[in-house]
Amino acid sequence: MPLYRADFAGNLAHDEPQEYLWTMNFGPQHPATHTTLRLVLKLEGERVVDAMPDIGYLHSGFEKLGEHLNYNQYVVVTDRMNYCSCVANNVAWHLAVEKLLGIEVPPRCQYLRVIVAELARIADHLVCNAAVGLDAGAFTFFMYAFNPREQIYEILEALCGARFTNSYTRVGGLMYDASPKAIELIREFVRKFPRALDDMERLLNRNRIFVDRTKGIGVLTKEEAINRGVTGPIARASGVTRDLRKDEPYLAYRDFDFDICCATGGDCYARYLVRMAEMRESLKIIHQAVENLPSGPVSVDVGLRVTLPEKPQVFGTIEGLIQHFEVIMWNRGFRTPLEEVYSAIEAPNGELGFYIVGDGSDRAYRARCRPPSFIHFALFPHLIRGHRLSDVVAVLGSLNIIAAELDR
Amino acid sequence: MLSTIQRLRENFALLEESQFRGQKRVVVPREKVFEVLKFLKESCGFDMLVDVTCVDYLTYPRRPPWGRFGLVYNLLSTETGERLIVRAYCDVDSASVPSVVPLWEAANWLEREVWDMFGIRFEGHPDLRRILLPEDFEDHPLRKDYPLQGKGERHNLPVITRAEG
Repeated sequence: MPLYRADFAGNLAHDEPQEYLWTMNFGPQHPATHTTLRLVLKLEGERVVDAMPDIGYLHSGFEKLGEHLNYNQYVVVTDRMNYCSCVANNVAWHLAVEKLLGIEVPPRCQYLRVIVAELARIADHLVCNAAVGLDAGAFTFFMYAFNPREQIYEILEALCGARFTNSYTRVGGLMYDASPKAIELIREFVRKFPRALDDMERLLNRNRIFVDRTKGIGVLTKEEAINRGVTGPIARASGVTRDLRKDEPYLAYRDFDFDICCATGGDCYARYLVRMAEMRESLKIIHQAVENLPSGPVSVDVGLRVTLPEKPQVFGTIEGLIQHFEVIMWNRGFRTPLEEVYSAIEAPNGELGFYIVGDGSDRAYRARCRPPSFIHFALFPHLIRGHRLSDVVAVLGSLNIIAAELDR
Repeated sequence: MLSTIQRLRENFALLEESQFRGQKRVVVPREKVFEVLKFLKESCGFDMLVDVTCVDYLTYPRRPPWGRFGLVYNLLSTETGERLIVRAYCDVDSASVPSVVPLWEAANWLEREVWDMFGIRFEGHPDLRRILLPEDFEDHPLRKDYPLQGKGERHNLPVITRAEG
């Protein structure tokens, strides 16, 4: 692929010969990129003068697929976007679909979705911080982080049968109700996780090597963060006091008592601290949600013609059978308005939004995903300029770029 | 205190205003996109550009009268939390709009993605080239006349031998 000039307003044009600089290729198959992305770095000695991201290696046409799969089928594809927090994508997608249809899900479903979304946030932050630690040389921390992550996957397995790509939500509800076993696992996690978190904080928060490697590296100011559309923990680490869970409460987030974690440093260390603190807040939310879990159905009434009736009803009653056919037959399905909605949730990485255009059928006419990783990776050249080569991995890790979401 | 829509109406000729599920949307003429967004950023406090995307209305049951491609600018004010969606339409023979990169740096990659997927040119963009697809790709795959399985690009990839590489 030919490389033209830099894709930002830098002083240096790539096509000009710069004899004292040398170009280094980083990725797409490098262990420290964690995912498939490529950087072309311009180095002066060990100092990074310029960086040019080159993405698209994992582009698989998810948005085009969204126009050909129906609203329930597409949830499987959203799993593959940010695969560190699959359930959060499921929740985001189906919230957007329900907003288009004008449906509100029952309280039990809202609480369960909050629980899984917060579990996904904890898993995502664990992976991200573990990766930052690993790249900065703290391998033990990585092990400490992956242990509770395993427990989260066990909970998700108990909830929906899949560990990694969950596809847990459906239009107007969930795939399954939570079993008592799953609730017990969540309670156990809430009991045990604070201790693991304490251990992790003791291990790294004041670790001299880690602090030296991350403090003052990749500083993002508040104005820059807003101008570049940054959201989520990265924006909050730069002092943007914004969290969609508080600002535009969706699901049942109004019911819970939790804080928004912010920092003013804007560097890799601040981003690490914000993520650590957010995990505690997520745990608070999960604790409140699981102890106050309402009873009742997890899916909306079958009369709305978006969810399938129970199997005994389908096989035992004529009404159940008719309702079943009303949903699954290709020319019946559910009807969407000829309208467009944008709906966003606070995903672990930032604002994850879906812009859906409904055309009357059960397939989206356009399923645009607003991926936080895409917006955040555009920051990278701005953050890395002037730092050293070894800081590349620290900055890359702290941005938490998931290439599958980046390229879709 | 006038609402954003009222202030916009006073200063520009809006083609349409609408609201759906609490989301406010305005349609502006294609040539006026930059002025409207500049006004919204500098006078109405919309300091964050959340998303730039596009919809191809080629086969849509209710086609908008202004053109085939509908651009979507998704704005947010981080102070008040207000959101506004600005739409602009263009056609395949006049597929270009002014770039808003001078206003928001966030538009840089988002506009490149729209160019890549829909083939809409952004006039004044500092570096408008493909972002997700290879440079030598010829089509714009999110257009509705592009088939789901492609036009055979994947089956006709050039084979590079070790000697050539």
